[in-house]
Amino acid sequence: MAERALAPKAIVVYLPTGRCVEHRLQPTDAAAPKNGELMHLILFLIFAGLCLAGAINLLLQSHPINSALSLIVVMSSLAVLYLLLGAEFLAIAQIIVYAGAIMVLFVFVVMLLNAGREDRTMGSRAAKLIGFPAVAVLMALLATVIVRIQGLGAAQLGAGLAAAQTAVETAAGAQDTSNLAQLSQVLFHELLLPFEVTSVLILIAILGAVVLARKTEGDEPAVERTAAK
Amino acid sequence: MTLLQFFLWSVVKVAVVTVILLMGVAYTVLLERKLVGRIQNRWGPSRVGPFGMLQPLVDGAKNFLKEDLIPTAVYRPLYLLAPIISLTCALVSIAVIPFGEPNAGPHGLDLFEISNINVGLLVILGITSIGVYGVALAGWSSNNKYSLLGSLRSSAQLISYELALGLSLVGIVLRAGSLNLRVIVEQQAEKGIATWNIFGGLQFIAFFIYLTAAYAETNRSPFDLPEAESELTGGYHTEYSSMKFAMFFMAEYANMITVGCVATLLFLGGWTSPWGNLLGPVENNLVNALLSIFWFVAKVFCFLFLYVWVRGTLPRFRYDQLMNFGWRYLMPLAILNIVGTSLWLAYR
Repeated sequence: MAERALAPKAIVVYLPTGRCVEHRLQPTDAAAPKNGELMHLILFLIFAGLCLAGAINLLLQSHPINSALSLIVVMSSLAVLYLLLGAEFLAIAQIIVYAGAIMVLFVFVVMLLNAGREDRTMGSRAAKLIGFPAVAVLMALLATVIVRIQGLGAAQLGAGLAAAQTAVETAAGAQDTSNLAQLSQVLFHELLLPFEVTSVLILIAILGAVVLARKTEGDEPAVERTAAK
Repeated sequence: MTLLQFFLWSVVKVAVVTVILLMGVAYTVLLERKLVGRIQNRWGPSRVGPFGMLQPLVDGAKNFLKEDLIPTAVYRPLYLLAPIISLTCALVSIAVIPFGEPNAGPHGLDLFEISNINVGLLVILGITSIGVYGVALAGWSSNNKYSLLGSLRSSAQLISYELALGLSLVGIVLRAGSLNLRVIVEQQAEKGIATWNIFGGLQFIAFFIYLTAAYAETNRSPFDLPEAESELTGGYHTEYSSMKFAMFFMAEYANMITVGCVATLLFLGGWTSPWGNLLGPVENNLVNALLSIFWFVAKVFCFLFLYVWVRGTLPRFRYDQLMNFGWRYLMPLAILNIVGTSLWLAYR
């Protein structure tokens, strides 16, 4: 519920401040920013609703492939929300990496294993008694913390980006820099070491997976092994 | 320009571009049948209309009038959704492709591009990566082992070749310093053919990788394993008939055209002429606009010709060869190309 209260304002914040956003609005006439805000709000409500509907559907569906498809809907509508916040690179990366690559892998595995419909169990009583209140408390806690830190006013989303923007602007003599340039400035200049360390971490994980999946010599082929079971 | 005008112009642009794209799809099919016919020493379609030029219309009518069979054992919602996903993704990516001079319309309107996005190249890659769901879901929901095999192959193949495809374009982006397709084209226009990315930009390796990976992405021969008729009868679309089959068919050819457009923009200087800015523009604005369209269409046509030529001459890969080639050769080659381009850009 915290997102509902905060996010539309966060969108509004990005409109008048960002130099490049203002620049993009110029081709339309002077009344356009107002139209733009309304448009942003409408788009936000549609895609936030779609996102929530997808998430709920993901939990309710009993067939794995339907759940996977709902997850794709969630990922894609999240991408649109990023786009509304002015983070176009993040939005497209979300589509390519999550909706495109990772979810294809999910669907691929579901198809490969030919997973069937799951039986619906009623669940334990303890989960119902403790689980729902616990989730509600957790949500309320998170919402309170977010509201406390940021206030109900302007949300400070992308504070790092804003800092980088000022850095880049002072460096480049306040030229028109795109969002992408700011992002790469942060990733490959200010946060270069953590970025490279993360890539090494992922590489190690991939190597580990390869080692685990590799057949050692004298081992019978994996297919026969599973068949023997 | 008010919001209403903007909206109306956008609707007109979308309608015109979509109709032209669909016509292009229809005549690409004819082009393929004609060319493959000539390669195999026969005439191809020649009865309907002069030189068989009306064949696409007749084909369309035939597909439309055929009985629409839905097998009983299919998973209906996804079975119906799959061709729609395929065709939608194939048609949407044309929206970010600029095919003529910028701001050629009245009031400086961008007449020759539906929307100019600063991450246009990534949008195309994103839409391509979503398109695989059409094929994957079609095969799975058909409840047929050949279809399932086809869609499994296709998912694995698309994931593998998407990497090489994306990496091959990094060199271009490094050179242009932008993901905007217009900027990439204008950077190549400077000295015409000498500054095209494929020649002056020294990106011919990237071009080869892109071409190969794009053939795999569009399921075209020699990488058409998802629908290999000798082993899988029809692959993922075995159980589809009538217009639903036609939708897959149209999606395939629309993807071919998109790939041709992207390759033209990235490697062959887009809508600019082979002598680029060396010869100034003609006095008449209309002639300029038409010339830019002419060069763009001519370049895309060459790609479609190449597609058919390759289909008519190369045999199909075996599945393990396909995977080997993608991961062991194309990927490292693409990474080497990135390193080489970066070094060249840094020390030139």
